Formats: sequence, C-alpha cells, structure tokens
Amino acid sequence: MSLREVVYCGVCSYPPDYCEFSGKLKRCKVWLKENHSELYDKYYGSDDAEDVNALTNKLAGSSIGEEREGKLEKDLLKLQAKEENRQQRELQKKLSSKVIIKREARTKRKFIVAISGLEVFEIDMKKLAKTFASKFATGCSVSKNAEKKEEIVIQGDVIDEVEAYIHSLLEEKGLKDVKLEIIDTKKKKKPTTTTPENTK
Amino acid sequence: MFKKFSKEDVHSRSKVKSSIQRTLKAKLVSQYPQLESVIDELIPKKSQIELIKCEDKIQLYAVDGEILFFQKFDELIPSLRLVHKFPEAYPTVQVDRGAIKFVLSGANIMCPGLTSPGAKLPVSPGFEKDSIVIINAENKENALAVGKLLMSTDEISSINKGHGVELIHHLGDPLWNFSVE
Repeated sequence: MSLREVVYCGVCSYPPDYCEFSGKLKRCKVWLKENHSELYDKYYGSDDAEDVNALTNKLAGSSIGEEREGKLEKDLLKLQAKEENRQQRELQKKLSSKVIIKREARTKRKFIVAISGLEVFEIDMKKLAKTFASKFATGCSVSKNAEKKEEIVIQGDVIDEVEAYIHSLLEEKGLKDVKLEIIDTKKKKKPTTTTPENTK
Repeated sequence: MFKKFSKEDVHSRSKVKSSIQRTLKAKLVSQYPQLESVIDELIPKKSQIELIKCEDKIQLYAVDGEILFFQKFDELIPSLRLVHKFPEAYPTVQVDRGAIKFVLSGANIMCPGLTSPGAKLPVSPGFEKDSIVIINAENKENALAVGKLLMSTDEISSINKGHGVELIHHLGDPLWNFSVE
C-alpha cells in the first residue's frame, strides 16, 4: 500500500475527471492535453476532432437514463457558457480599468507615491507593499484612500521604478494593454532643485 | 461548513508541539485504522504540523502549507487532498452521475442519489449514523466530497427519502481553494 499521486487540473484545480463539471471544460482540455497527454487520451478519447460527440457517446453507458443524461448535458453546457461569459466580462473589466500612480509632495523635498486601482487584477496588496518596502528600502503600507478603496502608499520618490515594476507585473499576467495613469502633482525636477535655492 | 471561508476567518496560526503531533497522529490512525501503514508517509516524523484556528472553532492542520485535515468538534476530518492520496482508508459511498453537479455546488446528498443504479452503498452492516464518509461518483476515480451521515447506511437504503449525507467539504469550495502561504 502506498500513496497515490493525483494530478490536479491547472485550470480549474479539480482532479481531471471532474473537469467537465467545472464549467471551464474547453480550457481544461487544452491544459490537460499539453501537460498530461496520456490522461487526456484516457478521459476524452484520442480523437479530439469531435470532442463533444465523443463525450456524449462515452456517457451513453451511464445509468441514470437518457432523459436525465440529456438534461445534465444541457445544464453543463449552460454552465460552461455562463462561465465563459463571466470570464469575458471580467477580462473586459480588467482591460478597461486603469491603475493610478500618484506622486504627492509631503514636505519640501519628500514625496509619497500612492498606487490605486490594483485590486481588480487579483494582486495581493499587502504582499506587493511588502515587496516594495524591501525593494526600495522604504516604508510602504496599504491604506484606504478618500474613496474608501485600498491603495499602496510608498514613502519616497520612486515613481519611475514603480511604474516599470507594475508594467512588468501586468505583463506577466498577460494584460499588456492596461493603462497606467501617472499623476504628478509637481513638475519632476524643478521643485526639488529650486526649492532649496529659494530657502537659501 | 466551508460555504464562506477566507483568509479573514483565520484567527491564529501556531506550530504544533511534537508531543501533541504524536497524539494527533495516533488519533488519526485510531479513527481510520487503515492509515497506519502510510501515516509516516503522509506526515513524516520530522515534519512540522501547523495548527490554524479559524472562525466557528474550526481548526485546520497543515503540513508544508497543505491542509491535511481539520476538526470542528472532536472528530478529525480528512481534507480532500489527503483523501485523494490514500482513498482506501476511509468509509466510502458513491453517488450517481446526476448528483455530481449538485454536490459540487455544496448541496447535501439526498437518499435517492445514493440508492439509484449508478450509486453504491456498502453492504450491511454498513456505516453508523454520524460517521464521516467520503463521497465518490459513478465512473470517477477520485472522491469529490467529504460528508457526515445523517442516518445509517441501512436506513438510507430502507427509507430512501430526504437528506442522507450532510456535506462538509467538496471540490471547489473555499477550503479546497484555500492556500496557506
């Protein structure tokens, strides 16, 4: 007796026999074929030209009767369509939303950078704040802004680095076209160089 | 039990002492005797069990960031990932194909789903009321849920009406997707 290794689907996280109930069957199939082709053959048959038909044929041997099987099949298709619609909507939402990076002056030569609008992209704000804190060696925290939304506040003038980092982060998620809006409350170099002179 | 469950429900996390770890393992074996041969593979002697206390007095036990079992009252309940590793050790019932959809959305299992041709119940004496069972499905290899019997399996087949199994944990529920970082 020994332990069994179970492969979990990379798309829906179920064991592959339950992929058909997850509503993401199409993408599950692609994933399974790429990663575990032997399992793909086992569950969906080797001829994928008529995958939906093959599946129904396989299920014909099921015990719950033709009528119920048909109903189940219909329900599953409905679920799948729903899931697909939802995903599309979500993607649309992601693409249409934008990230706002704002630089604010705190005292004369000190700035904070506030980032908001990240929560749509399923990014863990707290974790990102932690990485920023160690990356830039500054204080960084998550706080609520005026609109009661979460934002990351970084102590220090690191707006360019933050922009680059978030760009790469979004690119990793396959969302290259997301807009980054950069709001700079003061002109970049002038205030930092002129203010000390004025005070002199 | 895990209809709604997220990181906010976690109250505290702590490491379990090795002596308590031993008694936990012993308890697990006494509940599921067949685990004895593999318990050291499931929870190696050197490993560190982590206790995660949550809302509603639910306690999760995790090894290497993977939740292996949990406990609400006195009974230890295996998580599905543990079940998948060694399914033979637990009492099992099987539901028919039509029920899978409902089980995966968290419904309790009705008796007819356990008695129809595609389903399987153990031959008598069967299992007692209130025992923990894992739920398998027709033509499927892996378990899809963990539940608690609301009546004994003999009663299920004789009465054949109403709720048979109370669902505790199923594929795709928040506990399944929960990750301890």
